[in-house]
Amino acid sequence: MLRLLYLALALWFTMPVAAAAQSLQDILQTHQDEVLSPGRRSVGVVLDDLVASGLPQALPFLESWRDREIVQRDSDGLFFRVTEDGDTVTLQDLDTGDTLTASEDDLTESRPNGGVRRAIGDALVQFQLSDPDIAKRKAAVEAIARSMDASQLGPLAASIDDEPDAELKETKTRLVGMLGALFAETTDARVSAIEALSGDLSVDVRAVLNRILSNSEAVAASVPEDANIARMLVVGEDLTATDAYTRLVEAELAPALITKLQIREALVANIDGDAVSGVPVATLNTDAARALAYDLLAADGTVPPRVDETTQTEAVAAHRFFVQYAETDPAITDAARAALDNIERNVALNQSVDLGLDALSLASIYFLAAIGLAITFGVMGVINMAHGEFIMMGAYTGFVVQQFVPDYTLSIIIALPLAFAITFGAGVLMERAVIRHLYHRPLETLLATFGISIALQQLAKNIFGTQARPLTSPEWLDGALVFNDVVAISYIRVAIFVLALVFLCIILFILKRTRLGLEVRAVTQNPGMAASMGINTDRINMLTFGLGSGIAGIAGVAIGLYAQVTSEMGASYIVQSFMTVVVGGVGNVWGTLAGASLIGFLQKGIEWLNPSNTLAAQTYMILFIILFIQFRPKGIVALKGRAAAD
Amino acid sequence: MQRSFLAQNPSVLWFIAILAVFTVVVTLMSEVTGVGLISTSFVKTLGKTLCLCLVAIAMDVVWGYCGILSLGHFAFFGIGGYAIGMWLMYARTEGIVMTSLAGQPIPPTPAEISDAIGNQIFGVVGSSEFPMIWAFADSLALQLLMVVLVPGLLALVFGWLAFRSRVTGVYLSILTQAMTLALALYLFQNDSGLRGNNGLSGLQNIPGYQDVSQATVSIIFFIASALALAAGYVFFAWIVSGKMGSVVKGIRDNEARVRFLGYHVESYKLFIFTTTAVVAGIAGALYYPQAGIINPGEIAPIASIYLAVWVAIGGRGRLYGAVIGAAFVSLLSSWFTGGGAPNIDLGFYVIQWTDWWLVLLGFSFVAVTLFFPKGIGGLFDYLVRKPS
Amino acid sequence: MSMLLEVSGVSVTFDGFRAINNLSINFATTELRAIIGPNGAGKTTFMDIVTGKTKPDEGQVIWGEKNISLLGMSESQIAREGIGRKFQKPTVFEAQTVRQNLAMALKTPRGPFAVLMHKKTKPNAERIEDVAARIGLSDSLTRVAGELSHGQKQWLEIGMLLAQEPRLMLVDEPAAGMTPEEREKTTDILKEAAKTRAVVVVEHDMEFVRRLDCKVTVLHEGSVLAEGSLDHVTSNQTVIDVYLGRAHA
Repeated sequence: MLRLLYLALALWFTMPVAAAAQSLQDILQTHQDEVLSPGRRSVGVVLDDLVASGLPQALPFLESWRDREIVQRDSDGLFFRVTEDGDTVTLQDLDTGDTLTASEDDLTESRPNGGVRRAIGDALVQFQLSDPDIAKRKAAVEAIARSMDASQLGPLAASIDDEPDAELKETKTRLVGMLGALFAETTDARVSAIEALSGDLSVDVRAVLNRILSNSEAVAASVPEDANIARMLVVGEDLTATDAYTRLVEAELAPALITKLQIREALVANIDGDAVSGVPVATLNTDAARALAYDLLAADGTVPPRVDETTQTEAVAAHRFFVQYAETDPAITDAARAALDNIERNVALNQSVDLGLDALSLASIYFLAAIGLAITFGVMGVINMAHGEFIMMGAYTGFVVQQFVPDYTLSIIIALPLAFAITFGAGVLMERAVIRHLYHRPLETLLATFGISIALQQLAKNIFGTQARPLTSPEWLDGALVFNDVVAISYIRVAIFVLALVFLCIILFILKRTRLGLEVRAVTQNPGMAASMGINTDRINMLTFGLGSGIAGIAGVAIGLYAQVTSEMGASYIVQSFMTVVVGGVGNVWGTLAGASLIGFLQKGIEWLNPSNTLAAQTYMILFIILFIQFRPKGIVALKGRAAAD
Repeated sequence: MQRSFLAQNPSVLWFIAILAVFTVVVTLMSEVTGVGLISTSFVKTLGKTLCLCLVAIAMDVVWGYCGILSLGHFAFFGIGGYAIGMWLMYARTEGIVMTSLAGQPIPPTPAEISDAIGNQIFGVVGSSEFPMIWAFADSLALQLLMVVLVPGLLALVFGWLAFRSRVTGVYLSILTQAMTLALALYLFQNDSGLRGNNGLSGLQNIPGYQDVSQATVSIIFFIASALALAAGYVFFAWIVSGKMGSVVKGIRDNEARVRFLGYHVESYKLFIFTTTAVVAGIAGALYYPQAGIINPGEIAPIASIYLAVWVAIGGRGRLYGAVIGAAFVSLLSSWFTGGGAPNIDLGFYVIQWTDWWLVLLGFSFVAVTLFFPKGIGGLFDYLVRKPS
Repeated sequence: MSMLLEVSGVSVTFDGFRAINNLSINFATTELRAIIGPNGAGKTTFMDIVTGKTKPDEGQVIWGEKNISLLGMSESQIAREGIGRKFQKPTVFEAQTVRQNLAMALKTPRGPFAVLMHKKTKPNAERIEDVAARIGLSDSLTRVAGELSHGQKQWLEIGMLLAQEPRLMLVDEPAAGMTPEEREKTTDILKEAAKTRAVVVVEHDMEFVRRLDCKVTVLHEGSVLAEGSLDHVTSNQTVIDVYLGRAHA
């Protein structure tokens, strides 16, 4: 140390110019040896001086040092940044940035080892954390969040007070909290850091807590004194006896079992003529016979003996099976467990909110898809199997419009009314040409509209091909509305929800506040009476059918925005739409709403219970609906009295 | 008064006679007799068509006579196919496995055999365990019982639930469609125990008769299908004639009136629904060995709707109408989609029937519903005036 | 005289509308009874309750000597107990012959298996022909019911009721749409039937009721307003008010 001081003093006097305005080179010259061949410990001095100097060029130097780009010129001991390009070696002055060429023979490379480079990296982080450029500071914080290293706790905590940006300051504070939970010096500090995290729902906090709680299953003759036990495993409850024995074997606490395969191989290897140990080969077609033969072999000492059941049971009984934490301090694991439990409770709560939002958007889609069907079914008692194909027509209308109108917002604005107009027209045409001839023959209407459905589907296939066509949503519908780390909903779904709401209002308005609505309700309740009161039921039927079909077209555009447009898309919604109408009850907008909600929430609920298998979820949902119909054959909102009698 | 029911229903005798002649002619012209005018694959097509006719008359009884538009009878058909397919696949795989295990130095244990068969059958869905539902797959007799029992029980339970709560008309159709969809979705799952969407395959190979040529097998199944159709036709003709027929048709036309006459309508519906489901299962069990493969797509609701379309085109409420509809539409369909129909060149556009057949079928079906509600069978009314 | 059917304190409400209000009414084993009342008086709903189509909110319906409650029994069970019903609109099975219609109604075992195995027998054929003779359709046995005239359909439905051999016949507007001659014949059929059983006729037409010449019950707003001979009830001031009040409204 003393020698160093002398050296420093010597340098001080030999370079008076540099001393006046301290340069990076001066500091480096002060610590020549440490810079040239740095050690894990000695490098700290250099780094401290560099940080203390506050020189802007220190940062690029540290980066270069870390990347092994620093050399010393043997002739004068000065340090340079080096770049090699083929045979030419270019040196760059560390302070001024001036470049000069040099011979390779005159240079000695500084080769920091891994530990040193990590130390340099930490110092770099410290620099970056207080960098005037906010982008650099952010990058540094992100880097820390990625690596989550103990050494970063100090610098990060130190940088918080001087952080000017409020948002970044908060991020830093959060990160310090997480690092503190992992690496704070004392148990108390860690426990309080952990407790402070318990209000945070984010995935990274949960990862931190899980890291603290990382554990492993173990087995031993008795539970070690110093182990931090998460829980004991009871054989028969937490694990089967077979599993327990397998673990003993893995831990080399018990001899391995002889598997059936090994028995077979041993027998095959010891076939002697047409017998094994005197047992005829032909009789070895059961496990019991094979075991017997093997035991005979074992008795001869040819093969190792089998481990019998009693030995297994005794071995299992003689050992303890438990889960132990990697963290040895129980106070910390307890705090982490409590915090994590708290968070998970909160997450579960928020997840159910998120699930609710998902279900709500699904219900909106079903409502949009089914309301048209419900109107026609309610007013005319007609099930329109081609309803799904009207949805498809709407979606393809959107697709075609986007081919001509490149602006996505504009194209959606055009597509919605156009889809309504086209499907309205198709609906009216269908009503005039087919359905009106089949009134009072509901089953035949069902089949005739099915004929139209397959024809339209194939027609779409012939025109647009079988591949899925995209319907691009406008940019402002990209992304999601994020409430917190758990609850989020995409804007498209919000838009569909709004659309469903708008249609609910429009339909309610038409039905309750307009002349058309009055007539529609009259025809729904008693067509004969309505007709005799001068209502043109023909016209009402036509308009209702058109309206129902038109809404299907709009639903098609909406569904096309988040799902693929294919010729079969209608078919995938039609059964759900039927369910919605049937479950909800016929001839009632609120019924359809109730049906759509029930089915939407039910489907999401079942998917949540059984997330791996959407097919099973759909199967169960349909079974539920079949049972539901048993108890409410007329749906949730049923007409009562004589009107419903037949 | 005591004339036999066959004497009262001459159309049954006519039908049996025509079917018998047809069967004999096809057999004589097939490759088995060496004539070879009808190829083995066409014999299979005809045999399959006969099975479709059988399920169509079941559909006609339940819809045309009893007024229940079931969109689930093709699901029963498929269940029959699966039930027999399980045995066919198991027994055949067992044969293969036994052959390959025979060369081993020591004889295999039952568990080893079962594992090897399981691996062969369920390898495609990443499993080798035998699911519970395969418990009887090694026994032909039990699986044949399944052909009858499973569709029958399913129809019984479903029908009991639906009829008990007086679900009728369009509602009932939707509900049966839901049942079909649930079944298809279930079968599509890989862990359904029935190989997911791979379905069961290789069913054309009859275990124990690998040496018999497909030409012979096809004729045997063709004749069996014809016999089943004849038996089914007579059976249903017997059911829908006489007093049972009166009650069943009464239920179709005015359910409430039949109820007020003191008949327990639900029992009758259940009887018809279940009986026809069983016959559909039998038809399926004969169909799929001829088709060679069955997968969940076959059971999808659309298939049951096509079944209704055949019956409607053929003419509801008359058994021969269903037969005509099923035979006519399914044969026409395979002619068009199989590329048998010549494309039409319009100069600016070529109508390819593989693409346009469904459009044609869809619209012609609408036309039949609108203009010929009695279907093709209705034409017979003009030819044969029924004595009243 | 013991009562065949006792309806007591029955009420039923549809969506807040009280269709039947604490109705009590009894029928003897053999009697002919006419029930009259303005539209909405609850005549059809009363029949719906007795035949099991509608479940009342409260009250009792007691049947026969064994005092069985009809509530909770299905329509078909009630029909098998011996209550037959003719609807307002003639509902015969139009696609089937008159003989088939009557055969279906004939009192024979009703179970599916018994029906499937049913054999035509001479006694049954004679019963059918006997009923056909009573309703004047002997010559039309092989005709399809859909081809019959409106009046003949009404008779056929009454004939089906007779074939059922019920102990109580509920007949809803049997004379609607009939010519005077047809009405006369209908009256005869009903009067004849009432000799061996209870026959309850719901009718609007006072002239027809007068011809039935029987006890009359007037229903109004779901309960009994008056009961007695036709002359007795038509002289009742409230009955007049109800009818005329309605007529003027």
